[in-house]
Amino acid sequence: MENLISMRDLSKEETLDILKNAENIEKGRSLPNLQGKLAALLFFEPSTRTQFSFDTAMKRMNGNTIIMSGSKHTSQQKGETFADTLKTIAQYSDIIIIRSPIEGSARFAAEVVDIPVVNAGDGSNQHPTQALLDLYSIKKTQGTLENLKIGLAGDLRFGRTVHSLAQALSNFNVEFEFISPSFLQMPKNIKEDLLDKNISFEESTEIEGNINDLDILYVTRIQKERFADPEDFEKVKNSYVLKKNMLDDVKNNFRIMHPLPRVNEIDTEVDNTKYAYYFTQAKNGVFTRQSIISMLLGEV
Amino acid sequence: MEKQIKVNAIKNGTVIDHIAAGKALRVIDILNLKGNSSVMIGMNLHSNKIGKKDIIKIENRELSANEVNSISLIAPESKLIIIKNFKVISKSKLQIPDKLDHLIVCPNPNCITNLEKVKTKFKVVKKSPIVVRCLYCEKKYAADDVKVHI
Repeated sequence: MENLISMRDLSKEETLDILKNAENIEKGRSLPNLQGKLAALLFFEPSTRTQFSFDTAMKRMNGNTIIMSGSKHTSQQKGETFADTLKTIAQYSDIIIIRSPIEGSARFAAEVVDIPVVNAGDGSNQHPTQALLDLYSIKKTQGTLENLKIGLAGDLRFGRTVHSLAQALSNFNVEFEFISPSFLQMPKNIKEDLLDKNISFEESTEIEGNINDLDILYVTRIQKERFADPEDFEKVKNSYVLKKNMLDDVKNNFRIMHPLPRVNEIDTEVDNTKYAYYFTQAKNGVFTRQSIISMLLGEV
Repeated sequence: MEKQIKVNAIKNGTVIDHIAAGKALRVIDILNLKGNSSVMIGMNLHSNKIGKKDIIKIENRELSANEVNSISLIAPESKLIIIKNFKVISKSKLQIPDKLDHLIVCPNPNCITNLEKVKTKFKVVKKSPIVVRCLYCEKKYAADDVKVHI
Protein backbone atom coordinates (compact mmCIF):
# COMPACT_ATOMS: atom_id res chain seq x y z
CA MET A 1 0.00 0.00 0.00
CA GLU A 2 1.59 3.27 -1.17
CA ASN A 3 -1.37 5.59 -0.61
CA LEU A 4 -4.86 5.34 0.87
CA ILE A 5 -7.25 6.91 -1.59
CA SER A 6 -10.33 4.70 -1.85
CA MET A 7 -11.79 1.61 -0.23
CA ARG A 8 -12.01 0.23 -3.77
CA ASP A 9 -8.22 -0.05 -3.86
CA LEU A 10 -7.98 -2.18 -0.70
CA SER A 11 -8.16 -5.96 -0.73
CA LYS A 12 -9.78 -7.78 2.16
CA GLU A 13 -6.31 -8.83 3.37
CA GLU A 14 -4.97 -5.26 3.30
CA THR A 15 -8.05 -4.07 5.17
CA LEU A 16 -7.56 -6.72 7.86
CA ASP A 17 -3.83 -5.86 8.11
CA ILE A 18 -4.71 -2.22 8.85
CA LEU A 19 -7.22 -3.30 11.52
CA LYS A 20 -4.74 -5.74 13.08
CA ASN A 21 -2.08 -3.04 13.25
CA ALA A 22 -4.59 -0.65 14.84
CA GLU A 23 -5.39 -3.28 17.45
CA ASN A 24 -1.68 -3.78 18.17
CA ILE A 25 -1.26 -0.02 18.62
CA GLU A 26 -4.29 0.25 20.91
CA LYS A 27 -3.12 -2.65 23.07
CA GLY A 28 0.44 -1.30 23.26
CA ARG A 29 1.91 -4.28 21.41
CA SER A 30 3.17 -1.94 18.69
CA LEU A 31 4.63 1.51 19.31
CA PRO A 32 5.46 3.13 15.95
CA ASN A 33 7.97 5.94 16.34
CA LEU A 34 7.56 8.79 13.85
CA GLN A 35 10.03 11.17 15.48
CA GLY A 36 11.26 13.61 12.85
CA LYS A 37 8.35 12.82 10.50
CA LEU A 38 6.03 15.56 9.37
CA ALA A 39 2.49 15.16 8.04
CA ALA A 40 1.01 17.96 5.93
CA LEU A 41 -2.70 18.21 6.73
CA LEU A 42 -4.28 19.96 3.76
CA PHE A 43 -7.88 20.66 4.66
CA PHE A 44 -9.45 22.59 1.80
CA GLU A 45 -12.82 22.08 3.49
CA PRO A 46 -13.44 22.53 7.22
CA SER A 47 -13.47 19.42 9.40
CA THR A 48 -12.36 19.96 12.95
CA ARG A 49 -12.94 16.37 13.99
CA THR A 50 -11.11 14.53 11.22
CA GLN A 51 -8.29 17.08 11.32
CA PHE A 52 -7.90 16.72 15.10
CA SER A 53 -7.96 12.94 14.80
CA PHE A 54 -5.10 12.91 12.26
CA ASP A 55 -3.18 15.53 14.24
CA THR A 56 -3.56 13.44 17.42
CA ALA A 57 -2.55 10.25 15.58
CA MET A 58 0.70 11.84 14.34
CA LYS A 59 1.55 13.35 17.74
CA ARG A 60 0.79 10.11 19.61
CA MET A 61 3.58 8.57 17.54
CA ASN A 62 6.05 11.43 18.23
CA GLY A 63 5.51 12.86 14.76
CA ASN A 64 4.47 16.39 13.93
CA THR A 65 2.10 18.19 11.60
CA ILE A 66 1.87 21.26 9.42
CA ILE A 67 -1.69 22.34 8.78
CA MET A 68 -3.34 24.24 5.95
CA SER A 69 -7.03 24.97 6.50
CA GLY A 70 -9.29 26.43 3.82
CA SER A 71 -8.24 27.29 0.29
CA LYS A 72 -7.61 30.95 1.12
CA HIS A 73 -4.20 30.06 2.54
CA THR A 74 -2.96 28.50 -0.67
CA SER A 75 -1.23 30.12 -3.58
CA GLN A 76 -4.06 28.93 -5.80
CA GLN A 77 -5.67 32.33 -5.55
CA LYS A 78 -2.47 33.76 -7.04
CA GLY A 79 -2.93 31.47 -10.02
CA GLU A 80 -0.75 28.55 -8.92
CA THR A 81 -2.02 25.20 -10.14
CA PHE A 82 -3.21 22.61 -7.63
CA ALA A 83 -0.44 20.30 -8.87
CA ASP A 84 2.25 22.90 -8.11
CA THR A 85 0.80 23.52 -4.63
CA LEU A 86 0.96 19.80 -3.90
CA LYS A 87 4.48 19.36 -5.31
CA THR A 88 5.75 22.23 -3.17
CA ILE A 89 4.16 20.93 0.03
CA ALA A 90 5.61 17.48 -0.71
CA GLN A 91 9.08 19.06 -0.40
CA TYR A 92 8.38 19.97 3.23
CA SER A 93 6.64 16.85 4.48
CA ASP A 94 6.78 13.04 4.64
CA ILE A 95 3.08 12.34 4.06
CA ILE A 96 0.14 14.36 2.75
CA ILE A 97 -3.32 14.04 4.29
CA ILE A 98 -5.86 15.81 2.15
CA ARG A 99 -9.52 16.75 2.43
CA SER A 100 -11.16 18.60 -0.42
CA PRO A 101 -14.69 19.28 -1.65
CA ILE A 102 -13.51 18.27 -5.15
CA GLU A 103 -14.02 14.60 -6.00
CA GLY A 104 -10.88 12.83 -7.17
CA SER A 105 -8.48 15.38 -5.68
CA ALA A 106 -6.73 12.83 -3.43
CA ARG A 107 -6.24 10.44 -6.36
CA PHE A 108 -4.77 13.28 -8.39
CA ALA A 109 -2.53 14.31 -5.47
CA ALA A 110 -1.16 10.77 -5.26
CA GLU A 111 -0.28 10.94 -8.96
CA VAL A 112 1.69 14.19 -8.75
CA VAL A 113 3.70 13.75 -5.53
CA ASP A 114 6.16 11.03 -4.62
CA ILE A 115 5.27 10.78 -0.92
CA PRO A 116 2.28 8.84 0.48
CA VAL A 117 -1.14 10.48 0.27
CA VAL A 118 -4.13 9.77 2.51
CA ASN A 119 -7.63 10.77 1.42
CA ALA A 120 -9.37 12.44 4.35
CA GLY A 121 -12.55 12.94 2.30
CA ASP A 122 -13.08 14.10 -1.29
CA GLY A 123 -16.49 15.67 -1.88
CA SER A 124 -19.27 13.09 -1.87
CA ASN A 125 -16.88 10.39 -3.04
CA GLN A 126 -14.68 8.60 -0.50
CA HIS A 127 -13.68 8.85 3.15
CA PRO A 128 -11.64 5.67 3.55
CA THR A 129 -10.14 6.38 6.99
CA GLN A 130 -13.67 6.83 8.39
CA ALA A 131 -14.71 3.54 6.77
CA LEU A 132 -11.69 1.79 8.29
CA LEU A 133 -12.27 3.19 11.77
CA ASP A 134 -15.91 2.11 11.45
CA LEU A 135 -14.80 -1.41 10.50
CA TYR A 136 -12.37 -1.40 13.41
CA SER A 137 -15.19 -0.36 15.76
CA ILE A 138 -17.56 -3.00 14.42
CA LYS A 139 -14.90 -5.70 14.75
CA LYS A 140 -14.02 -4.56 18.26
CA THR A 141 -17.62 -4.66 19.45
CA GLN A 142 -18.70 -7.83 17.64
CA GLY A 143 -15.42 -9.79 17.58
CA THR A 144 -15.85 -10.37 13.86
CA LEU A 145 -16.85 -8.72 10.60
CA GLU A 146 -18.63 -11.80 9.27
CA ASN A 147 -22.30 -12.82 9.50
CA LEU A 148 -23.50 -9.51 10.91
CA LYS A 149 -26.68 -7.59 10.22
CA ILE A 150 -25.94 -3.90 9.96
CA GLY A 151 -28.46 -1.07 9.80
CA LEU A 152 -27.56 2.22 8.16
CA ALA A 153 -30.01 5.00 9.01
CA GLY A 154 -30.52 8.62 7.99
CA ASP A 155 -29.35 10.36 4.85
CA LEU A 156 -28.12 7.45 2.78
CA ARG A 157 -28.24 9.35 -0.49
CA PHE A 158 -25.70 12.09 0.13
CA GLY A 159 -23.79 10.62 3.09
CA ARG A 160 -20.26 9.82 1.96
CA THR A 161 -19.61 7.94 5.21
CA VAL A 162 -22.36 5.39 4.67
CA HIS A 163 -21.29 4.87 1.05
CA SER A 164 -17.70 4.10 2.02
CA LEU A 165 -18.83 1.89 4.90
CA ALA A 166 -21.24 -0.12 2.74
CA GLN A 167 -18.45 -0.61 0.25
CA ALA A 168 -15.93 -1.58 2.94
CA LEU A 169 -18.33 -4.12 4.47
CA SER A 170 -19.10 -5.67 1.10
CA ASN A 171 -15.83 -7.61 1.35
CA PHE A 172 -17.37 -9.48 4.29
CA ASN A 173 -20.44 -11.64 4.68
CA VAL A 174 -22.94 -9.09 6.00
CA GLU A 175 -26.60 -8.17 5.53
CA PHE A 176 -27.82 -4.57 5.42
CA GLU A 177 -30.97 -2.79 6.55
CA PHE A 178 -31.14 0.64 4.88
CA ILE A 179 -33.41 3.00 6.83
CA SER A 180 -34.12 6.37 5.22
CA PRO A 181 -36.85 8.61 3.80
CA SER A 182 -37.65 7.37 0.29
CA PHE A 183 -35.94 10.29 -1.45
CA LEU A 184 -32.76 9.86 0.62
CA GLN A 185 -32.32 6.15 -0.14
CA MET A 186 -28.98 4.50 -0.80
CA PRO A 187 -27.97 5.39 -4.40
CA LYS A 188 -28.63 2.86 -7.14
CA ASN A 189 -24.95 2.49 -8.08
CA ILE A 190 -24.00 1.48 -4.51
CA LYS A 191 -26.86 -1.02 -4.40
CA GLU A 192 -25.74 -2.44 -7.75
CA ASP A 193 -22.20 -2.84 -6.41
CA LEU A 194 -23.56 -4.72 -3.38
CA LEU A 195 -25.71 -7.02 -5.52
CA ASP A 196 -22.67 -7.74 -7.72
CA LYS A 197 -20.97 -9.02 -4.56
CA ASN A 198 -24.06 -11.01 -3.48
CA ILE A 199 -24.65 -8.79 -0.46
CA SER A 200 -28.33 -8.66 0.45
CA PHE A 201 -30.15 -5.62 1.80
CA GLU A 202 -33.62 -4.51 2.81
CA GLU A 203 -34.96 -0.99 2.76
CA SER A 204 -37.33 0.60 5.26
CA THR A 205 -38.50 4.10 6.10
CA GLU A 206 -38.37 4.27 9.90
CA ILE A 207 -36.05 3.20 12.70
CA GLU A 208 -38.68 1.96 15.12
CA GLY A 209 -39.47 -1.72 14.64
CA ASN A 210 -36.58 -2.30 12.27
CA ILE A 211 -33.65 -2.59 14.65
CA ASN A 212 -34.39 -5.59 16.88
CA ASP A 213 -32.47 -8.10 14.79
CA LEU A 214 -29.51 -5.81 14.10
CA ASP A 215 -25.97 -6.18 15.46
CA ILE A 216 -25.03 -2.59 14.58
CA LEU A 217 -27.09 0.52 13.87
CA TYR A 218 -25.10 3.25 12.15
CA VAL A 219 -26.97 6.54 12.46
CA THR A 220 -26.34 9.61 10.34
CA ARG A 221 -27.94 13.00 10.40
CA ILE A 222 -30.68 14.09 8.03
CA GLN A 223 -30.11 17.69 7.08
CA LYS A 224 -33.15 19.91 6.90
CA GLU A 225 -31.61 21.63 3.87
CA ARG A 226 -32.06 18.45 1.82
CA PHE A 227 -35.83 18.91 1.88
CA ALA A 228 -37.35 21.18 -0.74
CA ASP A 229 -40.36 21.75 1.49
CA PRO A 230 -39.65 22.33 5.23
CA GLU A 231 -43.04 20.79 6.02
CA ASP A 232 -41.86 17.47 4.56
CA PHE A 233 -38.95 17.53 6.99
CA GLU A 234 -41.28 18.15 9.92
CA LYS A 235 -43.35 15.13 8.89
CA VAL A 236 -40.49 12.64 8.85
CA LYS A 237 -37.94 14.00 11.31
CA ASN A 238 -39.18 11.99 14.29
CA SER A 239 -38.91 8.73 12.37
CA TYR A 240 -35.15 9.14 12.38
CA VAL A 241 -34.52 10.07 15.99
CA LEU A 242 -33.28 7.13 18.05
CA LYS A 243 -34.82 7.11 21.54
CA LYS A 244 -34.10 4.99 24.59
CA ASN A 245 -37.53 3.31 24.56
CA MET A 246 -36.81 1.93 21.08
CA LEU A 247 -34.00 -0.20 22.55
CA ASP A 248 -36.13 -2.45 24.78
CA ASP A 249 -35.96 -5.49 22.50
CA VAL A 250 -32.59 -5.09 20.79
CA LYS A 251 -29.96 -7.84 20.85
CA ASN A 252 -27.50 -7.94 23.73
CA ASN A 253 -24.54 -7.36 21.41
CA PHE A 254 -26.32 -4.49 19.62
CA ARG A 255 -24.26 -1.28 19.35
CA ILE A 256 -25.07 2.19 18.03
CA MET A 257 -22.50 4.04 15.94
CA HIS A 258 -22.44 7.57 14.52
CA PRO A 259 -19.68 9.40 12.61
CA LEU A 260 -20.38 12.57 14.68
CA PRO A 261 -21.16 15.41 15.00
CA ARG A 262 -24.57 14.44 16.31
CA VAL A 263 -27.34 17.01 16.32
CA ASN A 264 -30.55 15.42 17.60
CA GLU A 265 -30.80 12.12 15.71
CA ILE A 266 -29.76 10.17 18.81
CA ASP A 267 -31.49 11.27 21.97
CA THR A 268 -28.93 12.06 24.71
CA GLU A 269 -30.70 9.56 27.01
CA VAL A 270 -29.30 6.83 24.77
CA ASP A 271 -25.74 7.92 25.67
CA ASN A 272 -25.95 6.22 29.07
CA THR A 273 -27.03 2.84 27.71
CA LYS A 274 -24.54 0.05 27.02
CA TYR A 275 -25.53 0.24 23.37
CA ALA A 276 -24.05 3.72 22.77
CA TYR A 277 -20.66 3.39 21.12
CA TYR A 278 -20.16 6.63 19.18
CA PHE A 279 -17.67 8.35 21.44
CA THR A 280 -15.48 5.25 21.71
CA GLN A 281 -15.79 5.02 17.93
CA ALA A 282 -14.20 8.49 17.67
CA LYS A 283 -11.35 7.31 19.90
CA ASN A 284 -10.90 4.27 17.66
CA GLY A 285 -10.36 6.74 14.81
CA VAL A 286 -7.03 7.74 16.32
CA PHE A 287 -5.75 4.13 16.55
CA THR A 288 -6.91 3.43 13.00
CA ARG A 289 -5.25 6.57 11.64
CA GLN A 290 -2.05 5.77 13.57
CA SER A 291 -2.14 2.36 11.91
CA ILE A 292 -2.62 3.78 8.40
CA ILE A 293 0.04 6.49 8.73
CA SER A 294 2.64 4.18 10.28
CA MET A 295 2.07 1.55 7.58
CA LEU A 296 2.37 4.11 4.79
CA LEU A 297 5.59 5.47 6.29
CA GLY A 298 7.01 1.96 6.78
CA GLU A 299 7.30 2.46 10.55
CA VAL A 300 5.14 -0.40 11.81
CA MET B 1 -26.58 -4.22 -55.62
CA GLU B 2 -29.19 -2.17 -53.83
CA LYS B 3 -26.63 -1.21 -51.16
CA GLN B 4 -24.15 0.07 -53.75
CA ILE B 5 -26.77 2.36 -55.20
CA LYS B 6 -27.56 3.84 -51.79
CA VAL B 7 -23.99 4.27 -50.54
CA ASN B 8 -21.26 4.24 -53.14
CA ALA B 9 -18.22 2.00 -52.84
CA ILE B 10 -14.93 3.68 -51.97
CA LYS B 11 -11.54 2.95 -53.53
CA ASN B 12 -9.41 3.38 -50.42
CA GLY B 13 -10.40 4.12 -46.87
CA THR B 14 -12.48 2.90 -43.95
CA VAL B 15 -16.02 1.62 -43.71
CA ILE B 16 -17.80 1.51 -40.37
CA ASP B 17 -20.59 -0.97 -40.92
CA HIS B 18 -23.41 -2.40 -38.84
CA ILE B 19 -23.75 0.70 -36.71
CA ALA B 20 -27.00 0.43 -34.76
CA ALA B 21 -29.62 2.46 -36.65
CA GLY B 22 -29.65 6.09 -35.60
CA LYS B 23 -26.13 6.22 -34.16
CA ALA B 24 -24.23 7.25 -37.33
CA LEU B 25 -24.45 10.95 -36.61
CA ARG B 26 -23.03 10.42 -33.12
CA VAL B 27 -20.13 8.51 -34.66
CA ILE B 28 -19.58 11.28 -37.22
CA ASP B 29 -19.60 13.76 -34.38
CA ILE B 30 -16.57 12.21 -32.70
CA LEU B 31 -14.49 11.68 -35.84
CA ASN B 32 -12.22 14.44 -36.96
CA LEU B 33 -13.36 14.77 -40.57
CA LYS B 34 -12.17 18.25 -41.38
CA GLY B 35 -9.60 17.03 -43.97
CA ASN B 36 -10.15 16.23 -47.59
CA SER B 37 -11.81 12.85 -47.08
CA SER B 38 -15.12 12.24 -48.77
CA VAL B 39 -17.63 10.85 -46.31
CA MET B 40 -20.77 8.91 -47.15
CA ILE B 41 -23.41 8.13 -44.62
CA GLY B 42 -26.26 5.66 -44.99
CA MET B 43 -28.93 5.54 -42.35
CA ASN B 44 -31.71 3.07 -41.62
CA LEU B 45 -30.52 0.65 -44.27
CA HIS B 46 -31.86 -2.88 -44.32
CA SER B 47 -29.65 -5.42 -42.53
CA ASN B 48 -30.24 -9.16 -42.44
CA LYS B 49 -28.38 -9.35 -39.13
CA ILE B 50 -29.75 -6.45 -37.11
CA GLY B 51 -32.86 -5.36 -39.01
CA LYS B 52 -31.83 -1.76 -39.65
CA LYS B 53 -28.36 -0.34 -39.62
CA ASP B 54 -26.31 2.76 -40.35
CA ILE B 55 -23.08 2.78 -42.35
CA ILE B 56 -20.28 5.32 -42.76
CA LYS B 57 -17.68 5.26 -45.55
CA ILE B 58 -14.66 7.52 -45.27
CA GLU B 59 -12.37 7.82 -48.24
CA ASN B 60 -8.54 7.90 -47.96
CA ARG B 61 -8.52 7.74 -44.20
CA GLU B 62 -7.61 5.24 -41.51
CA LEU B 63 -8.88 5.79 -37.99
CA SER B 64 -6.63 6.49 -35.01
CA ALA B 65 -6.66 4.19 -31.98
CA ASN B 66 -8.52 6.88 -30.02
CA GLU B 67 -11.16 7.14 -32.72
CA VAL B 68 -11.64 3.37 -32.78
CA ASN B 69 -11.93 3.31 -28.97
CA SER B 70 -14.51 6.09 -29.09
CA ILE B 71 -16.59 4.24 -31.66
CA SER B 72 -16.37 1.06 -29.60
CA LEU B 73 -17.88 3.01 -26.73
CA ILE B 74 -20.86 4.52 -28.51
CA ALA B 75 -21.47 1.92 -31.25
CA PRO B 76 -19.91 -1.27 -29.90
CA GLU B 77 -21.78 -3.54 -32.30
CA SER B 78 -20.25 -1.97 -35.43
CA LYS B 79 -17.62 -3.47 -37.73
CA LEU B 80 -14.52 -1.80 -39.08
CA ILE B 81 -13.57 -2.56 -42.68
CA ILE B 82 -10.37 -1.36 -44.34
CA ILE B 83 -10.61 -0.96 -48.11
CA LYS B 84 -7.67 -0.80 -50.51
CA ASN B 85 -8.21 -0.55 -54.25
CA PHE B 86 -11.90 -1.47 -53.83
CA LYS B 87 -10.94 -4.66 -51.98
CA VAL B 88 -11.65 -5.52 -48.36
CA ILE B 89 -8.23 -5.81 -46.70
CA SER B 90 -9.49 -6.43 -43.17
CA LYS B 91 -12.79 -6.72 -41.38
CA SER B 92 -12.95 -6.66 -37.62
CA LYS B 93 -15.47 -6.41 -34.81
CA LEU B 94 -14.70 -3.59 -32.44
CA GLN B 95 -13.07 -4.57 -29.16
CA ILE B 96 -14.12 -2.61 -26.11
CA PRO B 97 -10.92 -1.76 -24.23
CA ASP B 98 -10.69 -2.22 -20.45
CA LYS B 99 -9.45 1.34 -19.96
CA LEU B 100 -10.27 4.59 -21.76
CA ASP B 101 -7.70 7.29 -21.11
CA HIS B 102 -8.09 10.94 -22.16
CA LEU B 103 -11.20 10.11 -24.17
CA ILE B 104 -14.34 10.68 -22.11
CA VAL B 105 -15.51 13.92 -20.56
CA CYS B 106 -16.59 13.12 -16.99
CA PRO B 107 -20.25 14.18 -16.60
CA ASN B 108 -19.71 14.97 -12.90
CA PRO B 109 -19.20 18.76 -12.62
CA ASN B 110 -17.49 18.29 -9.23
CA CYS B 111 -14.90 15.86 -10.60
CA ILE B 112 -11.35 17.16 -10.53
CA THR B 113 -11.03 16.48 -14.27
CA ASN B 114 -13.56 19.27 -14.86
CA LEU B 115 -11.98 21.72 -12.41
CA GLU B 116 -8.21 21.31 -12.89
CA LYS B 117 -6.03 20.45 -15.87
CA VAL B 118 -6.34 16.71 -15.33
CA LYS B 119 -6.88 14.27 -18.18
CA THR B 120 -9.68 11.78 -17.66
CA LYS B 121 -9.18 8.08 -17.02
CA PHE B 122 -12.09 5.66 -17.15
CA LYS B 123 -12.36 1.97 -16.49
CA VAL B 124 -14.89 -0.15 -18.38
CA VAL B 125 -16.73 -1.98 -15.59
CA LYS B 126 -19.41 -3.67 -17.74
CA LYS B 127 -19.25 -4.49 -21.42
CA SER B 128 -22.88 -5.21 -22.28
CA PRO B 129 -24.37 -2.68 -21.98
CA ILE B 130 -21.20 -0.63 -21.55
CA VAL B 131 -20.75 1.04 -18.16
CA VAL B 132 -17.66 3.09 -17.33
CA ARG B 133 -16.28 4.38 -14.03
CA CYS B 134 -14.22 7.55 -13.60
CA LEU B 135 -10.92 6.73 -11.92
CA TYR B 136 -10.98 10.07 -10.07
CA CYS B 137 -14.53 10.73 -8.81
CA GLU B 138 -15.43 6.99 -9.05
CA LYS B 139 -18.90 7.73 -10.47
CA LYS B 140 -20.34 5.17 -12.88
CA TYR B 141 -21.99 6.09 -16.18
CA ALA B 142 -23.69 4.27 -19.03
CA ALA B 143 -21.84 4.78 -22.32
CA ASP B 144 -24.85 6.62 -23.74
CA ASP B 145 -24.59 9.24 -21.00
CA VAL B 146 -20.99 10.32 -21.64
CA LYS B 147 -19.43 12.62 -24.20
CA VAL B 148 -16.16 11.76 -25.88
CA HIS B 149 -13.48 14.13 -27.07
CA ILE B 150 -10.60 13.34 -29.35
